[in-house]
Amino acid sequence: MFSHIRTIWLTFLHLFRKKVTIEYPEEKVKLHPRWRGRIVLTKDPDGGERCVGCYLCAVACPVDCIALQATEDENGRRYPEFFRINFSRCIFCGYCEDACPTYAIQLIPDFEMAEYNRQNLVFEKPDLLIDSQGKYPGYNFYKVAGMDAGVKQKGEGENEEAPVDIHSLMP
Amino acid sequence: MQHIWIVLGVLFVLLNIAAGLIWLERRMLAMWQDRLGPNRAGPLGILIVLADTLKLFFKEDWIPPFADKWVFITAPAIVVASVLMSFVIIPFSPSIIVSDLNVGILFFLAMSSLGVYSIVLGGWASNNKYSLLGALRGASQMIAYEVFMGLSLMGIVMLTGSFKLSDIVNAQKDVWFVFKQPVALVIFFIAGVAETHRLPFDIPEAESELIAGFHSEYSGMKFGMFFIGEYLGVTLISAMTATMFFGGWLGPAFLPPWAWFFIKTFAFILFFILLRASLPRPRYDQLMETGWKVLLPLVLLNLMVTGAIALWIRG
Repeated sequence: MFSHIRTIWLTFLHLFRKKVTIEYPEEKVKLHPRWRGRIVLTKDPDGGERCVGCYLCAVACPVDCIALQATEDENGRRYPEFFRINFSRCIFCGYCEDACPTYAIQLIPDFEMAEYNRQNLVFEKPDLLIDSQGKYPGYNFYKVAGMDAGVKQKGEGENEEAPVDIHSLMP
Repeated sequence: MQHIWIVLGVLFVLLNIAAGLIWLERRMLAMWQDRLGPNRAGPLGILIVLADTLKLFFKEDWIPPFADKWVFITAPAIVVASVLMSFVIIPFSPSIIVSDLNVGILFFLAMSSLGVYSIVLGGWASNNKYSLLGALRGASQMIAYEVFMGLSLMGIVMLTGSFKLSDIVNAQKDVWFVFKQPVALVIFFIAGVAETHRLPFDIPEAESELIAGFHSEYSGMKFGMFFIGEYLGVTLISAMTATMFFGGWLGPAFLPPWAWFFIKTFAFILFFILLRASLPRPRYDQLMETGWKVLLPLVLLNLMVTGAIALWIRG
């Protein structure tokens, strides 16, 4: 009997506690920088697309919501001809971000994507591409890769030595 | 003519209170669970009442093909009617009372006993095993708790010498009966919670065991009627507690009598909600055991001691 009265009293005291409710539209939830929300395609510091159209994200995606078609420009630089993410299927698992070898695809802390029309949840490349480097500033895939795709000459990349002169005898 | 106005006014206020309790209960439960509760529609979210009612009205009013149709329809009406009938004898203030019967308390007990018919008939007519189990539980619980609900009030009747509620209120001008009959208050309130089958004694409904108990098959406004009946029952027991033990309309003169009555009633309504927020539901056999083996002997003892003291004082 005493424990019941104590329970009632303790419950009553909760009236004066701080409420845990976040009144959402006025008061936003605090999201951490690496919170997995809307997916974006980032650009490298020189303003070029980072995506090289390797299809790894599309393969990693457990719900198959990513579709793309790779192509090449005249310099041999690969880029996606179209890049389509169906957010009505996306489960925001972040596997695509893990799979991406060029830091192109990234998940950002934004979940407010409600739409009245389901078709509006299919994002095309212009919707996905942002004018930012995302979580990895200063990274340009073509400057670390050995390949010449119009971004750098052979041997001029970061952490890259000049090519060996095969006509010389010196080591 | 004035009589009709009182009847209409009481009916209007009561039905509005019953509807408003939807909001009050959800808000207070939320507060006691560190939440905010419905606060969007209208000031402080009070228009949730309107939204809930509209929702209930627009729902499909379905009668299951296997149900006993006419009994099924009558059952929700019985609970509201019987509880509303009980309010006839409640004195809201010295002048606002529908009928000051000289068998007031007996009338109240009789009408609250009629309420059990709605549970039994509703559960039976639904033709559903969970409903029937809920109805059986409801019937035995209400019969058990009715016994000492009546007996707990008899101490007051002894001290007052009247079944009339206005006499009982006037007898509390010096000392409220809560100080003379504390045991009776506790037992009456426990029995009241069981009578209205509110949590923690919502054994007939017990959603974790019986889906929704006796009203599993009800939908739309018929379900709403059970709900209104329940809230009216809460109001009734609160009003009776205020009248019998806390001096009804009596209070310092800076507020009108009816205001004192409503303040006291709402305090007990809030206590009802607090009970729901804090206590878990007892097992069915525990409920019956406490009823018959603890509360009934206690109330009989209380009655005996009260009678002895009353006789001794009178000499």
